Amino acid sequence: MLAKRIIPCLDVREGRTVKGVNFVNIRDAGDAVELGAAYSSEGADELVFLDITASHEKRKTFVELVKKIARRISIPFTVGGGINELRDVAALLTAGADKVSVNSAALRRPAFIDEIAKNFGNQVVTCAIDAKHEHGRWTCYLNGGRIPTDRDLLSWAKEAESRGAGEILFTSMNHDGVKQGFACDALAQLSATLGIPVIASGGAGSMQHFEEVFTKGKADAALAASLFHFKELEIPTLKKYLAEQGVVVRRDVAAES
Amino acid sequence: MSVAIIKYNAGNVFSVENAMKRIGQEAVLTDDPDVIRAADKVIIPGVGEASTTMKFLREHGLDNLIRSLKQPTLGICIGLQLMCAYSEEGDTECLGIFDEHVIRFKSIEHKIPHMGWNTIRVKDSPLFAGLEKDPYVYYVHSYYAQLGAHTIATTDYVQPFSAALHKDNFYALQFHPEKSALVGEQILKNFLRIF
Repeated sequence: MLAKRIIPCLDVREGRTVKGVNFVNIRDAGDAVELGAAYSSEGADELVFLDITASHEKRKTFVELVKKIARRISIPFTVGGGINELRDVAALLTAGADKVSVNSAALRRPAFIDEIAKNFGNQVVTCAIDAKHEHGRWTCYLNGGRIPTDRDLLSWAKEAESRGAGEILFTSMNHDGVKQGFACDALAQLSATLGIPVIASGGAGSMQHFEEVFTKGKADAALAASLFHFKELEIPTLKKYLAEQGVVVRRDVAAES
Repeated sequence: MSVAIIKYNAGNVFSVENAMKRIGQEAVLTDDPDVIRAADKVIIPGVGEASTTMKFLREHGLDNLIRSLKQPTLGICIGLQLMCAYSEEGDTECLGIFDEHVIRFKSIEHKIPHMGWNTIRVKDSPLFAGLEKDPYVYYVHSYYAQLGAHTIATTDYVQPFSAALHKDNFYALQFHPEKSALVGEQILKNFLRIF
């Protein structure tokens, strides 16, 4: 059976992780490569590295970092943040990333998804969508949730799929950071509408929330950041729990013992 | 020992090179026929589309070269599909090392591509030495090789398909050992031990 995926997300600024605390076995918690490797050995199924560097100039640091990650880590990883042009995609894939996550650039210019898919394959494109439930509908937002658009979640996700996105990464702005669970109803609707995998993001606060997002929310994968970074929840414990609840997960018995 | 990774117009060829380094094996990414012929092991890696990659192999004479190889040779993902007889993707006649056919997943209830970690059920093969029962490996694909005489591992998605094929010196994996954590590293190490 295809396993449900657990994906830690690491924010990176100028080559260093922003939130990364408390890993006992690594010397430098700000080192994205070390942190990624630690998650990988704990049983993470994939990793997402999000570049939150403000200046365009310093983005070259990120490409160098991606090369280091690719050399070190033996699980798939996605990179995102500030990807606006095909040459950004080419540079990151050449550096060894498995997938790229596009968000605002795709909303502003949807054909960007077609271009990436046509040049590098559908499996490379993760379309990230930040949406907020307000006035009875899910509105898509630009620029990390700062600028609302006139697009709604379902129609944009469907369009992204038809343009060649390989996955949808949906972050509910209402649930993000609140730790009260994922947006399971919207996720279930997305999953039923789309023929591509859906990654749930925003709201993870407990192991039960992960169980719900896979059973009620029908998500294919769940992403979390601070919950893992601050060691509030460890991946081996989470996977053991999910397996006991009947959720199919890839388990690494060595990591659980 | 020398390992040649065939360089052609498929994506993600570097990840196999990186994986080789992680297990302590230098490998050279090359399209030079002499280097490929002289290597102790050959790997055909990549993610790509069947008709355009097959066209590239033909135009560069790599199709006959691959067929003529006598050393242990491993195809990965599109590498496996190109080693089959035929692919539905782009209606492509492939290398014909394995006579299995490659077809597209057809399903309403299953998501396509088949993406993520799934289990393999393996037959007795040196390629799978030392693995735990039904280990998880990482997949990303929309086309698969049907079950056949050369199937040495299966995965069930929509229906059972060939996770791995073997004939003489030719081995092939539909999943990505270079992205399959310790299980994948074990399989790559096993491949390097085959003579």
